[in-house]
Amino acid sequence: MENTHQSSPSESSSTKQPEKVVLVGNPNVGKSLIFNFLSGSYVDVSNFPGTTVSISSATYKQFKILDTPGVYGISSFNDEEIVARDVILQADRIINVVNALHLERDLFLTRQLIDAGKKISVLLNFSDELKRRNIAIDHNKLSKILGVPVIPTSAINKKGFDRLDEAIEKACVGLRNTELQKLIDPLAAKTHSNAEALLILEGDEEISTRHGIPCGTPDEREIIYIERRNAVNQIMSDVEFEDSNKGKFFNFLGRISLHPATGVPLLLVILTILYFFIGDFVAQRVVGFTEGYLGNYLFEYHLKSFVGNNAGFNAEVTLLDDEEEEIGTKVYAFPSGLNADAQLAKEFKYQSRLPNSSTHFEFHNPYVKLFVGEFGVISMTVTYLIFLLLPLVVAFYLVMAVLEDSGYLPRLATMMDKSLSYLGLNGRAVIPIMLGFGCVTMANITTRILGSEREKTIAIAILQFVIPCSAQLAVIAVLMSSAGFGPFVLYSFVIFGVLIALSTILNKTLPGESTPLLIDLPIMRMPRVDNILKKTLFRSYGFMKEAGSWFFVGALLVGVLDITGLLAAFSNFLSPLTTGWLKLPSEASSAFIMGTVRRDFGAAGLFEMALSPMQKTVSLIVITLFTPCIASAMVMVKERGFKEGAIIWVGTWIVAFLIGGIIAQIFV
Amino acid sequence: MTALYSIKKGSTVVVKQLPGGTNKIQMIRIGITEGQMVFCLERLPGGTVIVQKNRQEIAIGADLAKQIVVEQV
Repeated sequence: MENTHQSSPSESSSTKQPEKVVLVGNPNVGKSLIFNFLSGSYVDVSNFPGTTVSISSATYKQFKILDTPGVYGISSFNDEEIVARDVILQADRIINVVNALHLERDLFLTRQLIDAGKKISVLLNFSDELKRRNIAIDHNKLSKILGVPVIPTSAINKKGFDRLDEAIEKACVGLRNTELQKLIDPLAAKTHSNAEALLILEGDEEISTRHGIPCGTPDEREIIYIERRNAVNQIMSDVEFEDSNKGKFFNFLGRISLHPATGVPLLLVILTILYFFIGDFVAQRVVGFTEGYLGNYLFEYHLKSFVGNNAGFNAEVTLLDDEEEEIGTKVYAFPSGLNADAQLAKEFKYQSRLPNSSTHFEFHNPYVKLFVGEFGVISMTVTYLIFLLLPLVVAFYLVMAVLEDSGYLPRLATMMDKSLSYLGLNGRAVIPIMLGFGCVTMANITTRILGSEREKTIAIAILQFVIPCSAQLAVIAVLMSSAGFGPFVLYSFVIFGVLIALSTILNKTLPGESTPLLIDLPIMRMPRVDNILKKTLFRSYGFMKEAGSWFFVGALLVGVLDITGLLAAFSNFLSPLTTGWLKLPSEASSAFIMGTVRRDFGAAGLFEMALSPMQKTVSLIVITLFTPCIASAMVMVKERGFKEGAIIWVGTWIVAFLIGGIIAQIFV
Repeated sequence: MTALYSIKKGSTVVVKQLPGGTNKIQMIRIGITEGQMVFCLERLPGGTVIVQKNRQEIAIGADLAKQIVVEQV
């Protein structure tokens, strides 16, 4: 660590290491388009050591290009800023992307980078939109004031990209604040790094501990920041000219999306569209095809019958008519596999390949079962991950990318701020909460964007306790519609009550304060299709890479519990609680245990039981509240640490059985 | 002198005092300093305030808006 930070550009270029070019910018400046252009098709996405923020890197000519999270400054306010800071400290050259329409906001970071003494070039992005809005920016003058190259670009139509090489090559140390530099110089003599000396002056505790130099006080930082802000305001009045009156800048969609009379209807329209797209189209039709046909009918069947060639199994082939009603079941026994009984195998293959047939394999050998059985590590996990989860994850990331690139997402966060503040969160938490209805595991990862540890804890707890994921929602919807209106009201009331109670308790007991909402609202615009697709692709890939293995670990764990008989023992242990306290059939306990593998399994097990409407309500309450699937538990532990993860995990079991039981005792 | 929280939509105010700590630093970074003139673009039910500074639109949560002292112009 120390060495890489202290090496000056000349030292690193003398070694074989490629020079590091780091892209830095505020959120919504079009940085990703520039990174995508430079990186070409091969991008390495990795977690920054010691944190959960991922950074992308790629090779461009003789350089190593690194992307950083969008930040307003390098002040170490959150994980993203800490990562951006550490990547910037290692940079040999910096390409600072600024949004020409938000120059006033963006130049704060630019000035901070210049004061840090790094070699930089500024890309004035969105510059073709300036003309349309009657704004002129004198970029030559800006370049003179800053002392670094300023190149107008328009990432959306790749204008100015022919000058990216020039931007990298001509990056230079800018004109620093001379007064500030007098304070930096003596410190830099000790740290051997101008950038680190600046950060120490600005009160960065981590850097100051690293060097054993006391850091600046908050007041000193404030003075530096105010001076920098004033310098930026001065630059703005020197380089920007507007033909239209400043207040008249009008963005119709942006306005109506926040106006109380139109914002709420617009929000409802958007949510309805999302419901039909994700809830109906993707979750039902697309997943019906990918999971039912590609996953079960093709992948699992061929995998299992291939293994079944030489391994003993019993099979049950169910035929369905066009209305999905069962019209017949055939049972086959292959004690030594398909190859041993060619005659019967032929018939089995004919029957099981009829359209509308579904085949259930029951392997005899426990190890075979572990890998390709009903809950097999290979069979079930692949179907679940690739054919069920992936379409949903892609759909959710797609929606997120559209909302994000159109500029609606920050407005949605603003609209939801007050409601979420009752839960001890701010409007930004709408993102993980919304994703939770798709996949809680995916949402757990997204809690990283929240501003404080307490908010992350509250959001993670809410996700584990009360937010049903899409796999589970489908089953809840079916069971609830058969239970009637009264039970539905009771169910909603109980879940909502737990949400309020949980967040109130956490909000009151967790130390510290939640961060208030303070966000910049970008201009609403038509999103670019290729950028959205690329974003969706990268994020889906990133999620699969990060969380995918946990689904395998989870399946392996449950598989081992299953073949060792521990699963059955645990289920037996729970069954008195299920029958006596929850007043449910004893088989419900195994449905609950299966719910720890995948929450929808738990709910699906309930289909088979004859339950009264109130029993359905009780069991759905238990299933919703209680422990999330294994993958989400693993990711939660990774995000929040073992202790907190374990408390939440155990907590969901206790609350689920406690609340479910109380409802059962009163209503059943 | 009043809180940003209690200003009306459509009014122009000068920021007189920001709350302390990181909130202040974040506001300075985003562009709001003491002495800055802002225009109130929208008031949302629940108290969230949306202010405009030149072309920039910034949403400020109710709790933060209560701690910002402004003066009407």
